[in-house]
Amino acid sequence: MTVQELPGAAVYRPTPPPAWKPLTDPAPLLPDPEPFRVLGTDAAAGADPELLLRLYAELVRGRRYNAQATALTKQGRLAVYPSSTGQEACEIAAALVLEDRDWLFPSYRDTLAAVARGLDPVEALTLLRGDRHTGYDPREHRIAPLCTPLATQLPHAVGLAHAARLKGDDVVALAMVGDGGTSEGDFHEALNFAAVWRAPVVFLVQNNGFAISVPLAKQTAAPSLAHKAVGYGMPGRLVDGNDAAAMHQVLSEAVARARRGEGPTLVEAVTYRMDAHTNADDATRYRGDSEVETWRAHDPIKLLERELTGRGLLDEDGMSTVREGAERMAEGLREQMNADPVLDPMDLFAHVYEQQTGQLREQADRLRVELDAEHGPNDENDENGVGDGR
Amino acid sequence: MSTAAATAGERTGRAKPATMAQALGRALRDSMAEDPTVHVLGEDVGTLGGVFRVTDGLAKEFGDERCTDTPLAEAGILGAAVGMAMYGLRPVVEMQFDAFAYPAFEQLVSHVAKMRNRTGGAMPMPITVRVPYGGGIGGVEHHSDSSEAYYMATPGLHVVMPATVDDAYGLLRESIASDDPVVFLEPKRLYWSKADWSPDAPASVEPIGRAVVRRPGRSATLITYGPSLPVCLEAAEAATAEGWDLEVVDLRSLVPFDDETVAASVRRTGRAVVVHESSGFGGPGGEIAARVTERCFHHLEAPVLRVAGFDIPYPPPMQERHHLPGVDRVLDAVARLQWEAES
Repeated sequence: MTVQELPGAAVYRPTPPPAWKPLTDPAPLLPDPEPFRVLGTDAAAGADPELLLRLYAELVRGRRYNAQATALTKQGRLAVYPSSTGQEACEIAAALVLEDRDWLFPSYRDTLAAVARGLDPVEALTLLRGDRHTGYDPREHRIAPLCTPLATQLPHAVGLAHAARLKGDDVVALAMVGDGGTSEGDFHEALNFAAVWRAPVVFLVQNNGFAISVPLAKQTAAPSLAHKAVGYGMPGRLVDGNDAAAMHQVLSEAVARARRGEGPTLVEAVTYRMDAHTNADDATRYRGDSEVETWRAHDPIKLLERELTGRGLLDEDGMSTVREGAERMAEGLREQMNADPVLDPMDLFAHVYEQQTGQLREQADRLRVELDAEHGPNDENDENGVGDGR
Repeated sequence: MSTAAATAGERTGRAKPATMAQALGRALRDSMAEDPTVHVLGEDVGTLGGVFRVTDGLAKEFGDERCTDTPLAEAGILGAAVGMAMYGLRPVVEMQFDAFAYPAFEQLVSHVAKMRNRTGGAMPMPITVRVPYGGGIGGVEHHSDSSEAYYMATPGLHVVMPATVDDAYGLLRESIASDDPVVFLEPKRLYWSKADWSPDAPASVEPIGRAVVRRPGRSATLITYGPSLPVCLEAAEAATAEGWDLEVVDLRSLVPFDDETVAASVRRTGRAVVVHESSGFGGPGGEIAARVTERCFHHLEAPVLRVAGFDIPYPPPMQERHHLPGVDRVLDAVARLQWEAES
């Protein structure tokens, strides 16, 4: 009996990959020596005004989100927050270049990308708040869980994109990683797999200068992180990560290339982390104020503002409207985050296996007894006698 | 595997000798034929058919896209499998040799085992990780590790190991069909063990997590699994000369653990020895002995003993026979079960 004769076999026939020719000239894979820029160059005139205004509104909203989340850590409402202030252009572009059917694979710093993709701002924070790991259904939003181990989400993006291509689906995966993450073995393995499988993946490296305290010079000896692409047989693109228009263009091209079946691209966004690694980190121990100030002059919001006001696309009124919208988002976030989450401790055992093992049933019974003793079996907050865990 | 052979013969009436490796291959083939989302990937699993030939013929029958030779990178293989599972496929990955699986450990522990939990049940990981494992085949270093203790210490994983040809087929089918990740440990030295077995009418298999009494007895229980099962069955036969009637329990799965079958046996016999070839310290035997003691203390005539590999890195092939628990070491433990208490 062959597979064709089997019931159900017609449902799914894997699609073979596009033909592959060995590359004889690596030059097209090499990144340009200077990061690609749009804003402040002649190319800016060709940029779509509607897109620029959308990017601007999202950047301002994103910055406000970062500030609000950082404030929430000080009030004890968030366990930790790794701010992406200064990197908003990367975050927003990553979200906006994807279609609904595409997948985003964020790292722990990429909450903003997930929110810009449409995830509820509170659901996006459940990991960092500490009430649950992933507060959303990844399949519903096509956003993988925010990934805390470094670079381990990259092979997932490759596998997913590969599976989608096998199924004949027109889906691209965009995976985000930091400069430190490029030193991890999973980064290498993911890029290699993606290139060999011609998987429709875009790897976005946000080179923000530091892996906690370790500067890029101690992280790599490569001419640039984008140069790493050449060794795998995929194009590397170097882009100004604070230039939202450039980010959008380069990522759009990489996504389009992946969708055409031409394989993966590695994009290095050169940017800067204006805040510390997280609220728990003291950045003054490893970098000076002058460096931070230099980057402040190259702020992604200012760059775009300059372009938009210069072309008469944005005035003070327009800016106020955008800021007010961001403020309303922050208010809503504050309000929701100030409410205590209602948690059921029995959930601890709910999703370890599809069916609880005997061992877990015993342990769940023990916890239930403890909770009953704590709250009384007829706790009015919970009809199962479990208590609400507050 | 005299018990399994007899069962298979009765069942079909036209069973032929088959090796464990063949039964495993047939399980992969049947799973792929039944469910088009089952994909096999790993190093050398395609054209070569795997270094143990378990995947022989799969690429030819189902194509390179469903039986895929991957780059040589275990974390990449398992990491890609995670993404494939996220998109609705059912990957079966091969880790070629036990110690080769360690680069994939982070993917296994941090993602494969935890994804269901991390996502509140929204994203199960129906991945089977096949690991040819254990010693006794004269492999050089890094080819003979018993790594089950690492896996069983990781919540979210099932840890399964067949010891018979029937179970090799049945448990692998069950593992692939499971929506939870399974680390499927294949005892390398039993790959060529044979039993009369019919692939056309394979035995139906109990769900993962049931132990089975391979040999009934009254004097003591040998609790074992995987490569140590034949050792225990042989020891039980030899023990009859001493007047001991040993019961042999094959766990078939360390996670979930079948407390009921094990405890019922020990309550009947009052004595127990746990036998496995992985190191004793921090090994599965300690956990099993503790569980047995907690449940059967008032039935026990003697402490639960362990016969395990030494607490040493797996030795070079010319020395491995000293490390692996053999029949004599099992019988010696049985002799130490405080038999005088009976008289």
